Amino acid sequence: MNVILDNFAQYRDGFLTTLKFCAYALVGSLLLGTIIAAFRVSPVPPLRWVGTSYVNVFRNCPLTVVLFFCAFGLPEIGVNGLYFWFGVAGLVLYTAAFVCEAIRAGINSVPAGQAEAARAVGLTFTQSLSSVILPQALRTVVPPLGSVIIAMVKNSAIAGAFGVGGDLFAVSDSLTGARGEAILPVLTGVVIGYLLITIPGGMLLNLIERKVAIAR
Amino acid sequence: MSTTSVLYDVPGPRAKRRVLIFSVLAGLAVLAALALVGVKLNDQDQFAPEKWAPLFDPTDEQFPLVWERIGTALGATLTAAALAMVFSLVIGTLLAVTRVTAARWYRWAVVGLIEFLRGVPVVIAIFFAARVLPTLGADLDPLWYLVIGLTLYNSVVIAEIVRAGIDSLPRGQKEAADSLGLTRGQVLRLVLLPQAFRAMLPALISQLVVVLKDTSLGFIISYEELVRVAGQIKEVLSNPIQTYLLIAVIFIVVNYALSRLAVYTERRLSQGKKTARNDDGEAAMLTATAVGGAGTGAGAAGGGG
Repeated sequence: MNVILDNFAQYRDGFLTTLKFCAYALVGSLLLGTIIAAFRVSPVPPLRWVGTSYVNVFRNCPLTVVLFFCAFGLPEIGVNGLYFWFGVAGLVLYTAAFVCEAIRAGINSVPAGQAEAARAVGLTFTQSLSSVILPQALRTVVPPLGSVIIAMVKNSAIAGAFGVGGDLFAVSDSLTGARGEAILPVLTGVVIGYLLITIPGGMLLNLIERKVAIAR
Repeated sequence: MSTTSVLYDVPGPRAKRRVLIFSVLAGLAVLAALALVGVKLNDQDQFAPEKWAPLFDPTDEQFPLVWERIGTALGATLTAAALAMVFSLVIGTLLAVTRVTAARWYRWAVVGLIEFLRGVPVVIAIFFAARVLPTLGADLDPLWYLVIGLTLYNSVVIAEIVRAGIDSLPRGQKEAADSLGLTRGQVLRLVLLPQAFRAMLPALISQLVVVLKDTSLGFIISYEELVRVAGQIKEVLSNPIQTYLLIAVIFIVVNYALSRLAVYTERRLSQGKKTARNDDGEAAMLTATAVGGAGTGAGAAGGGG
């Protein structure tokens, strides 16, 4: 276990890189996922088709393939940048599909009477969505959305395996590859790093769930 | 879909016109975006026939070779997914049963194991299997490292699915079974698990999609599945976009079919439940035979009461 203590700085940097990576991906996928969800419930058919195809494509395609596309495809259409940003882009594209489905399931869980009442008092589609449906839907959305986010943190390791550079997963590579350290203790440190995010994340989620959940 | 239309009124003439205008605008925007991507790709000469023909044109001389590789790789992907799913199902069920029946003094160990493995990224589990097991003297085919890694992660997920299934059953089921004098093993095996599996079938099929997608991580440990073979093909043909497009389509088709199957199963099951809950005995009987097929329908009909 000395490996972990001796290379604490490297682990800490990897941990922080993973956190930073996940923070960007989180913001991006929440935004994109909400937009796609709005598309999927909108009255405009082409937008619905876009939303539905988006979800079907990205939910059924492995993250590895999405990442390969971002790494090889984006440069071909003239987008260049650090691999870090390709990794974020891939994770955002992939996670947004799941965020969208969580939000849509939440919207569907709001009783029809709520929407009907909103319409009866004369609210428009946008008004009823933003001031009646979504505030209620968001509470039902919290548990599945939380699981999506925790899964996203774990998926960031896949982006790490591609070489995001300096994240937690990369730490194991550099320690075992370049320094020839034994694999078991090195990986143990990496696992601890991820558990430090996922387990408190899960506990926080349970807490929020108990605070905001409404029984239906 | 019926629920989403609740969000807005049935459109009148004005709203219809507005929807039409927005539809045209949105359609144009989508087409413009596609055209932009198309132009960029064309600038990079991505539509050159030599980049597509080996993959999609049966008359191309490399076509049979490429598809032979892809066929083998698809087989390898499906094999790994099937093995991982079977092992996860067995181990997951055992874990769930242990968690449900465990005495308090060792239940925390099972719960701890489940929580621990659930928090570990699956790619690390696979990496762990492929790197650590050999240092302990294991010498296996990459297939088995991938299967072990996937099983480590997915068995705890399935354990949670099965536990949720058991928890969702009405308490009367267990109480009735207990009062008949069945042993604890019999109660689980004959009464609780069959119904839990039935209720959890859609979730289990969805998990199969996850497993199938995760087999693509085999490329990290040199298992010759679709993504790794795609990497080799694109090295030879130097057409990454086209090759990965093909691989993506294969995954999407297989997984989409599985997702539809999950939705279909769920719908069939909920139909059975709804009718079974009616007090009309005849309807319940009918659904039990229609849905159950193998006789499990009777369990849900009982569960409704």
